[in-house]
Amino acid sequence: MRGPPNHNEQKHSDGDKMSDTTDTGPVLAADGTPLKRSLRRAIRAQKLRALALIAPLLIFVLVTFIAPIADMLFRSVENQIVSNTLPNAVSTLNEWDGTGDTLPGEETFEALYYDLFLASESKRHTRLGSRLNYEQAGISSMFRTSGRRVDDIGEDQIEALEDIDASWEDEAFWFNMMSGPDDAPKASGILADQRERLAKLNQSSFSGEVGFAPSQDIADLLPRTVRAYTAFAVFTAIADEDVVAEEEPWEAVKVALIEDLRSGVDLSGYDGAGAEELRAAQAGLADQAAVDYKQAFIDMNEDWANLDNWKTIKMYAPPFTAGYFLNAVDLQKTPEGFRPRPDNEQIYIKLFQRTLFMSLMIMGSCILLGYPVAYLLATLPSRSANLLMILVLLPFWTSLLVRTSAWKVMLQQQGVINDTLVWLGLVNDADRLVMINNQFGTIVAMTHILLPFMILPMYSVMSTIPQTYVRAARSLGATNWTSFWRVYFPQSVPGIGAGSILVFILAIGYYITPEIVGGTTGTFISNRIAYHISTSLNWGLAAALGSILLVAVLILYWAYDKIVGIDNVKLG
Amino acid sequence: MKLTTTLMATTALTVAAVSAQAQDMADSLTLVSWGGAYQNSQQKAYVEPYLANNPGVSITWDESSAEAVAKLRAMDEAGNVTWDLVDVVASDAMRLCDEGLAMELDHDEMLAAAPDGTEASDDFGDLIVSDCFVPQIVYSTTFGYRTDMVPEGVEPPSSVCDVFDLETYPGKRALQKRPIDNMEWALYCDGVAKDEIYDVLGTDEGVDRALAMLDTIKDQVVWWSAGAETPQLLADGEVFMGSTFNGRLFSAIAEQDQPIGMMWDMQSFDLDGWIVPAGLPDDRLARVLDFLAFATDTQRLADQAAYISYGPARESSAPLVGEHAELGIDMAPHMPTDPANATNVHIYDYEWWADNRDDLDAKFQSWLAN
Repeated sequence: MRGPPNHNEQKHSDGDKMSDTTDTGPVLAADGTPLKRSLRRAIRAQKLRALALIAPLLIFVLVTFIAPIADMLFRSVENQIVSNTLPNAVSTLNEWDGTGDTLPGEETFEALYYDLFLASESKRHTRLGSRLNYEQAGISSMFRTSGRRVDDIGEDQIEALEDIDASWEDEAFWFNMMSGPDDAPKASGILADQRERLAKLNQSSFSGEVGFAPSQDIADLLPRTVRAYTAFAVFTAIADEDVVAEEEPWEAVKVALIEDLRSGVDLSGYDGAGAEELRAAQAGLADQAAVDYKQAFIDMNEDWANLDNWKTIKMYAPPFTAGYFLNAVDLQKTPEGFRPRPDNEQIYIKLFQRTLFMSLMIMGSCILLGYPVAYLLATLPSRSANLLMILVLLPFWTSLLVRTSAWKVMLQQQGVINDTLVWLGLVNDADRLVMINNQFGTIVAMTHILLPFMILPMYSVMSTIPQTYVRAARSLGATNWTSFWRVYFPQSVPGIGAGSILVFILAIGYYITPEIVGGTTGTFISNRIAYHISTSLNWGLAAALGSILLVAVLILYWAYDKIVGIDNVKLG
Repeated sequence: MKLTTTLMATTALTVAAVSAQAQDMADSLTLVSWGGAYQNSQQKAYVEPYLANNPGVSITWDESSAEAVAKLRAMDEAGNVTWDLVDVVASDAMRLCDEGLAMELDHDEMLAAAPDGTEASDDFGDLIVSDCFVPQIVYSTTFGYRTDMVPEGVEPPSSVCDVFDLETYPGKRALQKRPIDNMEWALYCDGVAKDEIYDVLGTDEGVDRALAMLDTIKDQVVWWSAGAETPQLLADGEVFMGSTFNGRLFSAIAEQDQPIGMMWDMQSFDLDGWIVPAGLPDDRLARVLDFLAFATDTQRLADQAAYISYGPARESSAPLVGEHAELGIDMAPHMPTDPANATNVHIYDYEWWADNRDDLDAKFQSWLAN
């Protein structure tokens, strides 16, 4: 872009601003470049400098604040764990009609066997269990117990195979048969597939040297076996950091071989490694019973015969779900559509309403208590105002926990306030007031804690209102009240607006104070979010609740802007 | 995971054989525990003697056990586990083990045998509820009551069902803000036989029945979430009786001389112990295993009982339990496992709660909020 300007090009690109490009050519700067361009360059440089100046803060905020929040909120819809853990079983479920009263077919159970085997080697099956347990109680233990016993499936058949020839227990024999001769064409697609499959399952990279690639010949002949062996090889080499040729294949590989042989594959044309043993095994296994996967799973845990569990798996198979959000508004997903949860499980709507109501109450009490204080601060002579200011700021310098605990001491039934009232004879000793572990306690303690956030913006607005206006109003015959209400108050509204927004938004996400003094009726939605983050570990639901809270705050902010106008908010 | 076990076993052997080769081990250790008197007992009984033997080592505490599962999960996702040894309750240990966030341990290879040669796995016995878990203590959640608030002419409360008896024992109760234990106690006092509690609780009617029983005292209950709250509420006279961990009650009674009585009936046994986060680098793992073997031997577990009234998890430690380190009182009668205290105990079913917790919690919380 530094070359001499091409007049025509310039004209073309700036065609809509004809005034700059007259017939005599563009106005030139001192160094000969068109003035417009050098001006633009100067402005761009200025912008870049400004950006560079805020870059450290911007990057810091993006990395430590925005990105984690976005990541956390993304969990509210993310549901890839089902299709990552049971990819094959889930794809066979597409053909299963989840509304009837028959269980999925044998092929689903067979696919489930390979999926679960791999998942239990990777220790991911219990995570899937906990995920699905949020939707259907009992699934967690179904996956846990099945993961422990999945390697027993087909043990009779494996034993028969190993009785035919002990080579089937030999790791080197397996390795040679699966890799074929060194110069044979390799089925590298299968290797890549299994890497990707394991990477998705384990949520970590499975790149790296495996030291094994299946030969194309054997892959065409025994597709199941090669898939299973390749998965075993990738896992052994990368997750366990072992040499593939020195490890005996998993039971699942042998079961896959038995399935391949039983499917009537024609071995007569094969003369690679292990050809003799394969033929002997095929002949020997002919009279063995087939593995009954469905029965084996039901024997492991009878819940596999429960239709509801299968419906849940099918319903939550897609990679994204609205399930968490539905749960967050007391709905649930059923095959018949969205339905309200049972009455005795509805809680979140109520909590959201309560959070809103109490935040508004707290905001209201802050306005009522804060306004006179801010007025005094703004009108008193500066010496007494300073003293008062220190009193306002004092709570800022005290730990939040100390202040909250102090309210506990004040408000409890054997506390300072009740004791004083009893001593004064205003309250009977037997029926002391209940002022804590309920909404009252939360509102009192939070009003106190958030009061400075109301007073300070109000004060900074009020201190800019000239006293002369009120005096002028009075001199024109207004009463004290009229001069306040018609002259002073309207000018102080921007301060109320700023304080209200600040207090309300702080209150709606408050956690520690309601937790300590709120009991059961004075807690906020944030207490439930904290519970799901740190105790129940249902991060998806916590993220959904958090998203709703965030959106609610933004909507209220928008409504405030529409009604009051954000330009009317002043912090000073 | 044959490989991991072999690898761990080899590491353990190497550690045992050449513990003098300190250069193979990291020289710092981050322990995670609960804070308070309990962490103090660990500091006194395990950490100080260990540091005396290994002067070059530094040990840092992180008081995050209450959020250990959530934090370990986040650390695992970030690929940067900063903790070396984590103290968790048994149900959390099982959860961490299930999710592959805790390392499976070979108890006999890695832990010291009892002085009489009994292997560690036999010495701990059934308390090894998960392959990843090294139990330290047996504690219980049980009730304490204000002795001076017992109405005149009435026997002090002695049964858990007295908690539900507002006529004889009027006053406020403190219960933990979660369904676990409370639902079982409610059903038990509603006449369900002890071994049928979980069968009943597994049905919708059973849940309703438990909540209906809790309803009878609901307006008299203060719900707590931190273990320190009940002793405080009892000391302030805010509640007449309340559930909490037995060690908390012991310290309120014996160390702070509060007028509080113990009620051991239907105490709910639970375990607390160590897990090792999965995927530690070799040098850190070597240090952890060295510390772990020391901190869970027979003498160390018995020593811990001199600072807090929780029962040592090793059978061989029980006879060594002596007197309180400062008060000089005999600790054995204050242990939840003492035969006199353990006449009627409630064994809480980890497996059942692991499956049903989300479900019951939703019902319990919505009951609370109404």
